[in-house]
Amino acid sequence: MSAQEELVKQSASDMAAQLRSGQVSSRELVQAHLDVIEAAEPSIDAFLQVSADQALEQADAFDQRLAHDGAEGLPELAGVPIAIKDMIVTKGIPTTAASKILEGWVPPYDATVIKKLKTAGMPILGKTNLDEFAQGSSTEHSAFKPTHNPWDTERVPGGSGGGSASAVGAFEAPLALGTDTGGSIRQPGSLTGTVGVKPTYGGVSRFGAIAMASSLDQIGPVSRTVLDAALLQEVIGGYDRRDSTSIPNPVPPLAQAARQGQNRDLKGLKVGLVKELGGEGYQPGVEARFNEAVSLLESMGAEVVQVSCPHFPYALAAYYIIMPSEVSSNLARYDGMRYGLRVMPPEGVPQTAANMMAATREAGFGDEVKRRIILGIYALSAGYYDAWYGSAQKVRTLVIRDFEKAFEQADVLVSPTSPTTAFRFGEKMDDPLAMYLNDVATIPANLAGTPAMSIPAGLSDDGLPVGFQFFAPQMRDEVMYRPAAALEAALEEQWGGPISKKLSTPWLDGLAQGSTK
Amino acid sequence: MAEKLMKYADAVAKYDPVFGLEVHVELCTNTKLFCPAHIEFGGEPNTQLTPVSLGLPGSLPVVNKTAIDYAVKLGLALHCKVNEWSQFARKNYFYPDMPRDYQISQYDKPLNGEGYLDVELDDGSIFRVPIERAHVEDDAGKNTHVGGADGRIEGADHSLVDYNRAGVPLVEIVTKPIEGAGARTPEVAGAYVRAIRDIVRALGISHARMEQGNMRADVNVSLHAGPDAPLGTRSETKNVNTFKGIEKTLTYEIRRQAALLESGGEVLQETRHWDESTQTTAGGRVKTDANDYRYFPDPDLVMVHVTKDHIEELRAQMPEMPRERRARLKKEWDFTDRQMQDAVNADAVDLIEDTVKAGATAAGARKWWLGEISREANARGVSLQELPISAQDVADVEQLIADGKLNDKLAKQTVSGVLAGEGKPAEVVKKHGYQVVSDDGALDAAVDQALKDNPDIVAKLKGGNMKPMGAIIGAVMRATKGQADAKAVSKIVMERIAKS
Amino acid sequence: MISSMPTFTREEIKHLGDLARIALTDQEADRLKGELNVIADSITKVQEVAGDDVPPTANPIPLEAYLRPDEAEEPLTQEAALSGAPVTESGMFVAPRILGEE
Repeated sequence: MSAQEELVKQSASDMAAQLRSGQVSSRELVQAHLDVIEAAEPSIDAFLQVSADQALEQADAFDQRLAHDGAEGLPELAGVPIAIKDMIVTKGIPTTAASKILEGWVPPYDATVIKKLKTAGMPILGKTNLDEFAQGSSTEHSAFKPTHNPWDTERVPGGSGGGSASAVGAFEAPLALGTDTGGSIRQPGSLTGTVGVKPTYGGVSRFGAIAMASSLDQIGPVSRTVLDAALLQEVIGGYDRRDSTSIPNPVPPLAQAARQGQNRDLKGLKVGLVKELGGEGYQPGVEARFNEAVSLLESMGAEVVQVSCPHFPYALAAYYIIMPSEVSSNLARYDGMRYGLRVMPPEGVPQTAANMMAATREAGFGDEVKRRIILGIYALSAGYYDAWYGSAQKVRTLVIRDFEKAFEQADVLVSPTSPTTAFRFGEKMDDPLAMYLNDVATIPANLAGTPAMSIPAGLSDDGLPVGFQFFAPQMRDEVMYRPAAALEAALEEQWGGPISKKLSTPWLDGLAQGSTK
Repeated sequence: MAEKLMKYADAVAKYDPVFGLEVHVELCTNTKLFCPAHIEFGGEPNTQLTPVSLGLPGSLPVVNKTAIDYAVKLGLALHCKVNEWSQFARKNYFYPDMPRDYQISQYDKPLNGEGYLDVELDDGSIFRVPIERAHVEDDAGKNTHVGGADGRIEGADHSLVDYNRAGVPLVEIVTKPIEGAGARTPEVAGAYVRAIRDIVRALGISHARMEQGNMRADVNVSLHAGPDAPLGTRSETKNVNTFKGIEKTLTYEIRRQAALLESGGEVLQETRHWDESTQTTAGGRVKTDANDYRYFPDPDLVMVHVTKDHIEELRAQMPEMPRERRARLKKEWDFTDRQMQDAVNADAVDLIEDTVKAGATAAGARKWWLGEISREANARGVSLQELPISAQDVADVEQLIADGKLNDKLAKQTVSGVLAGEGKPAEVVKKHGYQVVSDDGALDAAVDQALKDNPDIVAKLKGGNMKPMGAIIGAVMRATKGQADAKAVSKIVMERIAKS
Repeated sequence: MISSMPTFTREEIKHLGDLARIALTDQEADRLKGELNVIADSITKVQEVAGDDVPPTANPIPLEAYLRPDEAEEPLTQEAALSGAPVTESGMFVAPRILGEE
């Protein structure tokens, strides 16, 4: 293994430790990852935009700062590079939401999370692929290209954040940011053997996250370890006055909880198995890994109880009313007036502003986005508002109550993240409902605003990764980090290392031999 | 196409109008409703924008506290039930001047609920206008239509959009259906909107300049045969932005609808526009479900909470309301209804009050502000406040008159000098050497000369006919270059006549 | 009361397209008709549990709005504001002909 390969296969926190001890510079870290990106992209296609120059500039600035002022006051991950889902606005770096309608748009401002990363001295490697406007579960709905799953490049990485998950899974980036509206961080995490966290709604500022469904969207970490996710969430989390839905509390002590978890002592912890999230529709290999992981939690002292959330079976339906309703309104602004694409109506059609908007949106949006906009317009229309939107909001209340009752019986809830492992390209493209079922286990957390995360639970019979999901109560994100880190440590002991040890990485073979130092 | 109209008197004799007004008031906050972009009328286009007011992807609204406070004050002035909890909702429709293609407004949970406003009509009677709600929302940008005739939308080739106004806070005051105004419907509407203008100015929450679009009204009206008859179909005339326009819209619509109903026709539920040039309303599109705005709570904004204590704090800051203040001042100043109304219409109440405070009589202050100075303001096309003359200046001139140092004519010349920028009244008097000739030998001599030159007039005066007195005074004025005091002249003349 | 499952026709889909300002092709409208009928069938079940006694939830975390002070911050420059615009003229965004009541 080349030194470069060795370097990029470390966890972000190990990279950070090497940065502080002077074994490696931020520039070297950035360069190593840029090299991997160059080598991996032909087979992975995780990035829409690589911002090499800016990343190296940021790295140099960090290295200088470290040399002059030391690491005092900087977060632990300072200097470690990161990839950003192209749903998050970056000043000076094109931001497209993987849609033709925004192609070429260069934002004049930074999202709050991007400002925080810059303040922390974390260089931005580039923008990762996604389903157009984060709408999809396979990244096949990107207007530009599909992203491939590093475990089997014939298969999807999940979605919508397939780019971020594959980039981290394929060692193109040690960390990434995602956005999770119905599972877009966790389901790709599950399908690519990476860690994905959806924080409590309002725990991370949404200012600068391109809105899909505002009451469900949440930015969160994508990483290869639980501790890395905790450290990253501590960097990006916290109150932001630019986001009215931001919670005015400090970030809970997440890394501390993760480090505690690594001791693998879960005595006194009550783990609730959600009865409704399992059984029919779940791949046997997924259930097997899930059950083994539950046994491991028990073996570390956790008490496992079964809980029932009777309204979860209605969550998917409520989601597919609330989400498209908000989508139909949030995506109205892409009208060819202020930024992005403009298409004039064909000859013979009056060249009016209204027809320009209709022609632009027809040409600029893909099928899935159109489907959701049309559905949302319908759900909000006067005749159906009460029956659909109004009812869905009530289901939301019921799902929140289910969670509250469940958390009276257990500290954390668990389920498989996704009912299946990664599927082949095209397999579910013609069946929206089958595609939507991917998110059946992740959606309840978005409806209820509770934090949830997915960590690798091993490989299914098909040799593909399986995700294990934890849920914690609202604003108590630290509660899930402890058992997640414990389970990760226990599993890695069984596997003899991280799950990625089982991943073959032919794209790394061509990397330069010899030390980067 | 001229539409058939019924004579107004016949229309209101035959039908009862039921009308409603939606008045939009722009608040004069420093920054926009949902973002910290500074607001200034007439700035360079597209320079008062943040990512939020330009509707850039990823941007999020945050509510301006001052806008909420201003809106609460307006709610209190309109006797509204101020709701401790209110919610912003999205009103979805596409239009090029709306950066997000939805307006952030309030729907089923407005800040201000039911209220009323008592408005005073010309004859001094009071009409109570019932108010449904007064909610907060953001304004859209402005389109300039180019390529067509005189900037009108019809025939324009394309439009230029300036989003500076996008996001300016508005309060929309919606009345309940107003019944029982009968023939006085236009008068009530005009008085109501003027009363709102006066209130928001007194509160200092809006510049309330109609000509700058700070206030705009949508006017709804329908006719029915009588209080118990079913309501007719209403028309809605959008964006009327003058007081007269509001009154004329109602008059026109009542006449038009009455003629339609009379001929067995049908009033369409449609949106119309007031056309100042033709003094008519023109039909727009018939309302369809394109006007289903698909309101839903804005998920980017959580509930706005205004505590009871804060509402009471704001209530304590409320100034005396214009109608009450006006009644008090009218009494203090001993003005007639007409005089007070003229002062109000000229926006001179504050100036008269300040002039009286500076020592002048109310009658004197009124004479200047509504006479000489108003004429000058009209000629220059500016407001009284914008002229280079202060309440103190006017009071000083009045004092000079009272002291007998200036006569009317010299006083007018002094005021003209001040308006021309020549300085304070004392400076103008000094500069021109204005001085009343009243009691020295020069005046006696001038009178004697004038009497001598006009023996026929002297004869008439002796015969008890005082009409030609003006001719003698005029001759004396000419002789003294206008510095004579007319009263003094007439006194001397009377003395001479009596003696001779 | 549970209202019956909606059934979309091509005309309805086209009409929704008008409201959404998307110039759907006939082909797209037909395909959407089929898909949306299937989706509608599966999501209309939310009505089964949405009783009158259940309050709606708009935001998952109950917060009250932070009201910001009325203080100005540096705005975008005109250049930055216009930087993404498809067409500009005289410092403004250009719209094609606007009809009265779009």
